[in-house]
Amino acid sequence: MNAHQSALPILIILAPLLTSFALPVLGWWYRPAVFPVALIALTVSCGTAIVAAREVLVNGPLHYYLGGWAPPWGVELRIDSLGALMLLLITVLTLLIGIYSKKSVVKEIPSKDVPFYSVYLVMVAGLAGLVSTADMFNLYVFLEITSLASYALVSIGGGAAVVSAFRYVILGTVGAAFYLLAVGYLYSMTGSLNMADLSRILPGLYDSTTVLVGFAFFVIGISIKMALFPMHTWLPGAYANAPSAVSALLAATSTKVAAYVLVRVMFFVFEPRFSIEVIPVTTLLGWMGAVAMILGSVMAIAQSDFKRMLAYSSVAQIGYIVLGIGLANTAGFTGGILHLINHAFMKGGLFLVAGAIVYRTGLREIREFRGLSLKMPVTAATFAVCALAMVGIPPTGGFFSKFYLILGAIDAGNWVFVGVIVLSSVLALAYLANVLRYMYFPGEAAAGRGGELPVPGPIIRDEVPWSMLGPMLAVAAGIVLLGVFSGEVVGQFIEPSTPDGLAR
Amino acid sequence: MVGTLFDFVIGHFNTVTYIILMMIGFYAMTGKTNLVKKLVGMNIFQWSIILFVVSLAAKRGATIPIVVGGPDQNAERVLDVADYVNPLPHVLMLTAIVVGVAVTGVALALLLRIHRRYGTLEEDELLERVRTSE
Repeated sequence: MNAHQSALPILIILAPLLTSFALPVLGWWYRPAVFPVALIALTVSCGTAIVAAREVLVNGPLHYYLGGWAPPWGVELRIDSLGALMLLLITVLTLLIGIYSKKSVVKEIPSKDVPFYSVYLVMVAGLAGLVSTADMFNLYVFLEITSLASYALVSIGGGAAVVSAFRYVILGTVGAAFYLLAVGYLYSMTGSLNMADLSRILPGLYDSTTVLVGFAFFVIGISIKMALFPMHTWLPGAYANAPSAVSALLAATSTKVAAYVLVRVMFFVFEPRFSIEVIPVTTLLGWMGAVAMILGSVMAIAQSDFKRMLAYSSVAQIGYIVLGIGLANTAGFTGGILHLINHAFMKGGLFLVAGAIVYRTGLREIREFRGLSLKMPVTAATFAVCALAMVGIPPTGGFFSKFYLILGAIDAGNWVFVGVIVLSSVLALAYLANVLRYMYFPGEAAAGRGGELPVPGPIIRDEVPWSMLGPMLAVAAGIVLLGVFSGEVVGQFIEPSTPDGLAR
Repeated sequence: MVGTLFDFVIGHFNTVTYIILMMIGFYAMTGKTNLVKKLVGMNIFQWSIILFVVSLAAKRGATIPIVVGGPDQNAERVLDVADYVNPLPHVLMLTAIVVGVAVTGVALALLLRIHRRYGTLEEDELLERVRTSE
């Protein structure tokens, strides 16, 4: 085997993991050093991911054999171009949210900064591991590391968040248990856990009931983890009650990585023809995605709490990603992955805005946002950029992913999906424009409500500090850049990893 | 008819056991209102799967997978695959048990905080108190 071996994949995981163990000791000894050290670890991870991505683009997939044991016996880490894209997404966003979190943590969860940053780093290590591992059982371990970290992060704020976290623990564990069962079934048939090895052995076993059952358990387990519509009930509470920085982190990364795992196993461990023909799970996923898009958006419209609205909107946006995967053709796949990336930036940005508003004003109800564009112009502008991207206005990334999704739906000849994508975008416009209206047109918003609330007096400009504005602006810039350079992202990262056997 | 069902249950003893245990856990998670009982249900759910995967590797009359004399000896002393128990499922489930313990620990810590804050672990009372305290 002359695979391109490199230590870069393990460095991305180890930098945050080892630092997270050191942080509690460091915090006990010299507390102000905790945040800079955490930031250094995130920066190392991010830099390594960039170097690794360049390597992957030049020389092809990177491999790392843990302990020197070659696959299929040893645990292997593997980064291909899709994995490199996901690693870039994770490390860049966690670094930005890490910078942002400093002030937000001091304000929302004072005296909890040491546990916050150590668990935050465990989460980053788990996410990076989930993306780069090439071993089915190792994936389970990273899945649980990530989940445990997110339970702790959600509950760190106390109060209602702890109740939401407990609900998340129960459902998340059921999802992981289903995944474990799937691994058990697949192992009992193949005797292997390595993904590349499995993909060689499995085609001969596609008729086996055991493999079918294992695959079904896998899809259900991962659907719970990524909050696909009927299994989304843990998500709104967890996102809405968690501290702002945690909401942004979860919304930007955890469900996205679960969607990536779904793609990885459905199309790379199993062949696309298995997921499409042998057991028509792609059709099922496509329709579930469509239902999630409509019902998630409708429930988002019904919310008065800003963060809860964003959480329900996340349920809808997961639907887009799953619909793209379910279309099972090249354009749909491209659209699904592209939307995964774009939505990580958009929803991450929106939760950062929500956190900034809570930081400065303590407001959470949308109708209290009146005149916020005068008080916090930069925050409001960031919100506007993210909102336009969510709806899919051309220069932003959201337009291109929806464009590919519609193209994929047309290729598949499924006009219902085309209608659903357009309808869901209109519904997204409905709930986001409502917020924009309160922010930018306070007078009209009051008139629309019968003018029961007096228009506030002269508003003093009072923005959040630069350490929060910087990451928000960077995310907003990222959204626009992802749109402008979407051709490069598709050509360099997504196309080389598009599985063979998808319909054109 | 009864005969074939009996044969099926005996032939798939481990599968039947894990499904029954899993359903007990599922009932506790969905049917009980006490959060501790939900947690116990979650544990039964997890352990049922661990038990099942371990049972996959069970083999009557087989020996431990230790090669006598080490790998450098001549080939006759190496055990035949059919004679030993595959150790990998056990090792994997050992890891899964550790993960399960960690999840249980986190969940218990959460329950402790819920009880300190709201003074109850009954779901209906808890939701009522969460609503009124906001």
